[in-house]
Amino acid sequence: MLTKRIIACLDVRSGRVVKGVQFVDLVDAGDPAELAARHAAAGADEIVLLDITATHEGRGTLLDTVRRTARQLFIPFTVGGGIRSADEAAAVFDAGADKVSVNSAAIANPQLIDAIGQSFGAQAVIVAIDARRVQGRPVSEAEVFVSGGRTRTGRRVIEWAREAEARGAGEILLTSMDADGTRAGFDCELTAQVSEAVEIPVIASGGAGTAEHFAQVFQLGKAHAALAASVFHFGIADARVLKQELAQRGVRVRLPC
Amino acid sequence: MIAVIDYRAGNLTSVMKALDALGYAAVVTAEPAVVRKAEKVILPGVGHFQATQVLVESELATAVRDSIGQGAPFLGICVGLQWLFEGSTEAPATRGLSVFSGQCERFATGVKVPHVGWNQVRVDAQSRLMRGVEDCSFVYYTHSYRAPVVKETVAVTEYGGSFSGAVERGNVMGVQFHPEKSGAAGMQVLRNFVELAC
Repeated sequence: MLTKRIIACLDVRSGRVVKGVQFVDLVDAGDPAELAARHAAAGADEIVLLDITATHEGRGTLLDTVRRTARQLFIPFTVGGGIRSADEAAAVFDAGADKVSVNSAAIANPQLIDAIGQSFGAQAVIVAIDARRVQGRPVSEAEVFVSGGRTRTGRRVIEWAREAEARGAGEILLTSMDADGTRAGFDCELTAQVSEAVEIPVIASGGAGTAEHFAQVFQLGKAHAALAASVFHFGIADARVLKQELAQRGVRVRLPC
Repeated sequence: MIAVIDYRAGNLTSVMKALDALGYAAVVTAEPAVVRKAEKVILPGVGHFQATQVLVESELATAVRDSIGQGAPFLGICVGLQWLFEGSTEAPATRGLSVFSGQCERFATGVKVPHVGWNQVRVDAQSRLMRGVEDCSFVYYTHSYRAPVVKETVAVTEYGGSFSGAVERGNVMGVQFHPEKSGAAGMQVLRNFVELAC
């Protein structure tokens, strides 16, 4: 039986993993290659590396970081952050990524999804959607934000998820901007409705604080996978502990040997 | 020497990296002559079955047939496994190598497609390719079409029915999952293949 995936996310700036609360007060958390290997050994099903470097010089560092991290990593490895063209995606694949995640650039130029999918296969393109809701309003009105959640696009989340799928995205990485950083739980209502609206798998992100939250987003939120970022810095020890707790709650997971 | 065939379907970096980690030298090639001379041949691939059309048009398919005929071990990964069957409904005009009988088809309705993530394999204990991989081990899949279970199937996975996770006939082998992305179980499969006697 197909299992629910726990994806460990590393936020990387200038070649180092950083941790902070909602990108404020960032502190150094270590070397990406070492941390990725440690997450893989603990039973994480995939690794996502998100580059939060904004500068041009940082991009060269990113490719080097991807190369070093990929070298000893034999589970799926996704790289996102600032990928604007099929050529930039190709460089990241060459450096050892298996998938790329695109966000703002795909909203600005949806053709980017088609272009990467045609060259590298649909399974290699994850479309990341940052969603924000007005409290008390239905999910159908949830809006897509870009630029790290700062800029509204006027696009509806469900409609954009469907377009991304039609253009050949392999997965959707759905972040609830409202839940992000709260550690009060995922937005299960949002996740479930997006998951029902598309055929492709949906990865839930934003709001994780406890193992119970992960169980909820898999069972109520109908997520296929969930991203664990700061929860491994501030809460649950690692993927092994998280998965053992999920298994006890009846969630099918790949338990490490 | 191991030849990894480049037919512009997906990315070869991860397969090369895994072979390197196992301590085996491999060359990426699109040359039929190099394929014919190689001790072992790997055909990776993610993407559309149509992409294998290039193999026929470039005479790589003939080179693979010759290589298999000489007894050189062959491993098809993902679409590379599907290509060993007669064809796929994904691209009906494109013919497979027909080493194994049957057509690859899209997953039936009722399950999410693509099938992405870690799923279990029921392992045939007699298999050389799957040797040392425990029954019910988890491996990583990402695909929308699957090959039927045939008499040469050596690993079976359930997802909206049973399909071939791995096939093996003599030295001709294929895996639908990605051994280069399947952690320790996947590395064991690759090690079994590269260590086969030629």
